[in-house]
Amino acid sequence: MENMAKSEKKNTPLLHIVKRDQGTVTWYYKLIVRAVAILAAILVSGILITILAKANPIEVYGSMVDGVFGSSRRIWNMLQGVAMLLCVSLAVTPAFKMKFWNIGAEGQVLISGLACVATMMFLGDTMPTALLLVVMTVVSVLAGMIWALLPALFKAYWNTNETLFTLMMNYVATQLVAWFLKAFVKNGSGVLTPMPEYGLPVIGGKAYLLNVLLVAVLTIAVYVYLRYSKHGYEISVVGESENTARYIGINVKKVVVRTMLISGAICGIAGLLLVGGTNHTISTTTVGGRGFTAIMVSWLAKFNPLYMVLTSFLLIFLEMGSQQISTDFRISSSIADIVTGIILLFIIGCEFFLQYRVVVSKNRKENVK
Amino acid sequence: MIAFLVSAIRLGMTFLLGSTGETITEKAGHLNLGIPGVMCVGAACGCYAEYMYFTAVGSNVVPVLAVLIPLIAALLGGALMGLLFSFFTVTLRVNQNVTGLAITTLGVGMSEYIISEASVIFTKGSKYFTAALPFADALGSFGKLVFGYGIFVYLALAIALTTTYVLNKTRVGLHLRAVGENPATADAAGINVPLYRYAATCVGCGVAGLGGLSFIMDYLNGNWEYCVDAIGWLAIALVIFTVWKPNWAILGSIVFGALYVASSYIPGVSFAGKELFKMLPYVVTILVLIVTSMRQKREHQPPQSLGLSYFREDR
Repeated sequence: MENMAKSEKKNTPLLHIVKRDQGTVTWYYKLIVRAVAILAAILVSGILITILAKANPIEVYGSMVDGVFGSSRRIWNMLQGVAMLLCVSLAVTPAFKMKFWNIGAEGQVLISGLACVATMMFLGDTMPTALLLVVMTVVSVLAGMIWALLPALFKAYWNTNETLFTLMMNYVATQLVAWFLKAFVKNGSGVLTPMPEYGLPVIGGKAYLLNVLLVAVLTIAVYVYLRYSKHGYEISVVGESENTARYIGINVKKVVVRTMLISGAICGIAGLLLVGGTNHTISTTTVGGRGFTAIMVSWLAKFNPLYMVLTSFLLIFLEMGSQQISTDFRISSSIADIVTGIILLFIIGCEFFLQYRVVVSKNRKENVK
Repeated sequence: MIAFLVSAIRLGMTFLLGSTGETITEKAGHLNLGIPGVMCVGAACGCYAEYMYFTAVGSNVVPVLAVLIPLIAALLGGALMGLLFSFFTVTLRVNQNVTGLAITTLGVGMSEYIISEASVIFTKGSKYFTAALPFADALGSFGKLVFGYGIFVYLALAIALTTTYVLNKTRVGLHLRAVGENPATADAAGINVPLYRYAATCVGCGVAGLGGLSFIMDYLNGNWEYCVDAIGWLAIALVIFTVWKPNWAILGSIVFGALYVASSYIPGVSFAGKELFKMLPYVVTILVLIVTSMRQKREHQPPQSLGLSYFREDR
């Protein structure tokens, strides 16, 4: 600052960053920036794969599309992938909108899955199917809620850092699953044989149809809840400014705890769908990082559940596409992670151009004249 | 007992390097959730460099170079990831949590790719890292406990102590802490906030990269394993566990190491019970997190602007 006073013109930097007034940013500008970022990311990862796989880039993209849309089985897998990722994303969204950094969806989903699988294993034979389904649902949802409630209570009453708390809870859940598998799988292999006989019913002859439909309903429900309900409004206010919320008489503690309970409950549904409706078994990697990817999905869509359908599709497309590339061109399957990482960074980075403007300093211009 | 302690300390040093790196970063106000990815990349770069070196020289290996080259590679690999993180969070001012998570995804993928291009066994190279001082065995159990380690244990201790000294006793450390606590005030005092944040993140990530390499080359004796990132999360936990103090982290890392390996040394723990034991470091961290937040002691709090990007023109 003091330098500027001394020799204002000489030391004014050439480029200068100004915050955009969010009211003046048009929707098509936002759309263009994001589209450019995604295209650039696809271009960069395409070039990278082309170099690594020494293949024709058009073939590379072709293989990607083929991996996702190539057959009706692949399309169903894609739909299932989108549905599952979207479900976890829906779960984290209310919390994030409230600026509660819940990075523990991974653990919340996993513990619900564990609760679900335990119910299937121990109670499967003791009751009729319909009752079993109800018990499975209740138990899974409760497990997810408990896992979310703990950090929420401590955040609300003692301001305990929720990012780190929820992160640690993930690994507690992972270890519980590891312990469960070793303690209760009778043959000692640590791998639980799937139990499709106790799973969710298959409708329309398609294994994943029920999951997809349920998640679609859930998406709309969360959208309406956040957009049109009083609770949704309170969440937005707490997220924008806790002080404002307190000033207008919102009980912040109550909102934090309630929102996390909802978040946990949706994680419970995700656990139910993953275990009861998809795998019919559990392992420590059942959730497979969805809890973390979901944060991206939700954040990229600006916490709007309808946009989240697109962002989760984008991520699943990349994941499945890169897997196809790695089989087609015989390169390490880790390429999927690399491509996802690159694309995420591009989309995260483009946020800068939505928030700020780079301007060439006026003083400097005059100086140049 | 001795074997247990030695094993705990060897693993502990991986945590120590990771957490010291993360502490440096967090002191500048950056919550870098990319540390697991950074540690993976550090480990992979180090291993790849070792692989290249061994293929290049064949049988005439110079021990000093066999240690130095991977070390520098891991340091650089980590620092580059740090540079990437700071470019996004400092220059582009985007959210640190999402950037960190993306860096972890990218880092895990990159490390697996790098390793798939080399090999998964580095036992030959690992020998140079685990070689103890020659007189260690002669001094009995005391010698084994104090002098019986490879270079990483001493390196980690030196880095942790140096970091503590620099953070608390030097002007650079004071400035760094100021940047983490309140960047606007630091800026007004004439401290170059972006520079400090860039530098701290790169140095911190470099150190964490070394941590990743130490896990493979020291603790696992050169056998690559795809779980470096799990260790990375524990390193972040350790930062909280030791309330942002690298000198406490020396003890804390040994405790973490001990908790992690305890199940293998306590007789009568079942196959399944081991998994419950591995849960302990996380549970202990949660407890520490709760206790520190309840006690509200000022010297045990995270840096005040942790996780927030700084923009001078914000009000």
